[in-house]
Amino acid sequence: MYKLSTLVLIASISWVFSFGAYAAGESSNTFNRMMKPKAPANLPPAEDGIHDPESPGTHQLQPPKEAFDGLVKAKFGNHVDWIKSINAKKITPRHNSADASAKPIIMNLNIVRQVKGSMPDVVFPHDRHTLLLACSNCHTGIFIPQKGANQMSMAAIMLGESCGKCHGSVAFPVATSTCKLCHSKPKAKNAELKRSTAGK
Amino acid sequence: MVIKQKLLGLGLVLMSVFTMLIPVKANAEYGDIVLNNFADASEMRPVVFPHWFHRIRFNCSVCHADLGFQFGAGKNEITMAKIIEGEFCGACHNGEIAWSIENCDVCHSGVPGTPTQVKGSPLRASNIATPKN
Repeated sequence: MYKLSTLVLIASISWVFSFGAYAAGESSNTFNRMMKPKAPANLPPAEDGIHDPESPGTHQLQPPKEAFDGLVKAKFGNHVDWIKSINAKKITPRHNSADASAKPIIMNLNIVRQVKGSMPDVVFPHDRHTLLLACSNCHTGIFIPQKGANQMSMAAIMLGESCGKCHGSVAFPVATSTCKLCHSKPKAKNAELKRSTAGK
Repeated sequence: MVIKQKLLGLGLVLMSVFTMLIPVKANAEYGDIVLNNFADASEMRPVVFPHWFHRIRFNCSVCHADLGFQFGAGKNEITMAKIIEGEFCGACHNGEIAWSIENCDVCHSGVPGTPTQVKGSPLRASNIATPKN
């Protein structure tokens, strides 16, 4: 028993040392001190942190990588561009649970929202939203179907209101890499300014 | 005996080294929802709903308009009784459109004690606070 306890002591010392080495890896002047390392994407269920590897059902689930193979890639969210994947017929989601032939009615109307800050104006495309959703999903519970009737802000969106009901949890995320997907129309004023300075 | 003890010691050394190197992090798929309104209390594992798997097969409106699923993790108060009656998940998971509910472990596969939540984008504040009006 004496030897066993010695070994356990060695183990605990090596624990402390490995922790020390872990901490020593980050010296005070490392490059990108504040930046978190990129989290691995599309992990199999047993390794994703929310599925219990001890549940037999976890191992029956399809790994996301397998399902996403061949879909159009994106740099955020599921790392899949869902709209492009549908348009390229890589996936054909049903519009009715029992009827595979049901097709959505596409509404082709862009709404331009002039924003207060310096960001480009927002263009809301009805077409790709009606491809996936019913009118009743947004109107009138989330958005009043009238121009100028809906107050919204990025703060509210990040708190899960208005666009944030979907964007930030299932539709493309609110991130620095996605700002321009909505803020896509250069401001009229800026365009004029650019023209006037370009002439001089 | 000595060899066994040495192996035990070596095992402990390796274990301690590896546990320090691999931090445990939740890297769930974007849009994954953990539902734990009633599961823990019923001594079942929480449910993990994979949005990605379902959106490959169905448009959003199928569940969120036709079946009446409200937007928001945990807002629908889904129970097994409702599912058996053909509401919510039970509208498809009935052995006709999708596999039936006898596969308990496939949905109830979450880590016990995980709270109801959605795996969202880093800038989403849902895990931090919700405005109370």
